[in-house]
Amino acid sequence: MCTDCGCAPPQPEHDHKHDHASRKIRVEENLLAKNQRLAMGNRASFAAHQLFVLNLVSSPGSGKTSILERTLTDLKGKISFTVLEGDQQTDNDAERIAATGVPVKQVNTGAGCHLDAHMVGHGVEGFDLAATDILMIENVGNLVCPASFDLGEDHKVAVLSVTEGEDKPLKYPQMFQAADLMLINKIDLLPYLRFDIEQCKAFARQVNPKIKILELSCHSGEGMSEWYDWLTQGVNQKRGSRNAERE
Amino acid sequence: MHELSLTQNLIEIAEEHARRENATVITSVTIEIGALSGVMPEAVEFAFEACTKDTLAEGATLEIRHIPALGRCQQCSQVCAMESLLDGCSACGSYALDILKGQEMALIELEID
Repeated sequence: MCTDCGCAPPQPEHDHKHDHASRKIRVEENLLAKNQRLAMGNRASFAAHQLFVLNLVSSPGSGKTSILERTLTDLKGKISFTVLEGDQQTDNDAERIAATGVPVKQVNTGAGCHLDAHMVGHGVEGFDLAATDILMIENVGNLVCPASFDLGEDHKVAVLSVTEGEDKPLKYPQMFQAADLMLINKIDLLPYLRFDIEQCKAFARQVNPKIKILELSCHSGEGMSEWYDWLTQGVNQKRGSRNAERE
Repeated sequence: MHELSLTQNLIEIAEEHARRENATVITSVTIEIGALSGVMPEAVEFAFEACTKDTLAEGATLEIRHIPALGRCQQCSQVCAMESLLDGCSACGSYALDILKGQEMALIELEID
């Protein structure tokens, strides 16, 4: 996968001599060009396996891992998953996912505040992607930095829990603009909180008029079936392209 | 603080281009940062000094061009200035704006020796 990544960049050779006069050169290269190139490579490799790939983003503690645990358990036998877990430190989340029996790998970013396409490209090495329907990439809990880094996913899914403020989409607009789906989690707690869910949805749509919004609780199970429908639809679309290719 | 990895990318790209030109030192780096890029120019300035140490760009000046943002309204086609992603159309108030400009984060020009 890593044919043109930064692992071992070839050094340009120069044996000719110039006069080294001070001069200006135009570059005009996007600072994310390398990440974008690697993300395109990931996307091509995922497409070759008709994988449905989701990049889960949120602040820490919104329930990404808990949503995954319940999803993997409830959809066992219907959809085959592979999970990549991103955190700065520890493999606690990977252990929780592994307990569901789904193939999982932990990527520790160390000081890094986000996953990038390079980490994901190497992260999926060794997985049987041909036998996978959905690759779930759980990003580092951070509503800022992961917004800028394309991993090669089909969709960013932003998780927001009702114990956070309803104005999160306004405070972190970059992320909610980059996401195609927003999951409002922990709705079983709504009776105990002063969280205005309609206001939250309005804020999200102000930043991103096209965003799809689902309300759920991975604890009570409420709303999970709509999420599963959305996942199944994504997988079926990929399977459709797989079948079309065979014909 | 993704500005740190962006700045590392910036220096990597700058060095690559400078070496291609057989330069031994980079004296000035000009970049563009759009108002909606999600990048804090101050954080890039801070990271630049730290990241250029022991590179061709050590001691180089960093010029940041700030690119104001423009959006086109999907409802009424008005083109309007945007200060943030939360802005609506200046004519009809709709939030469905296509961003035309302001998401740039690019290395534009180098001065080399």
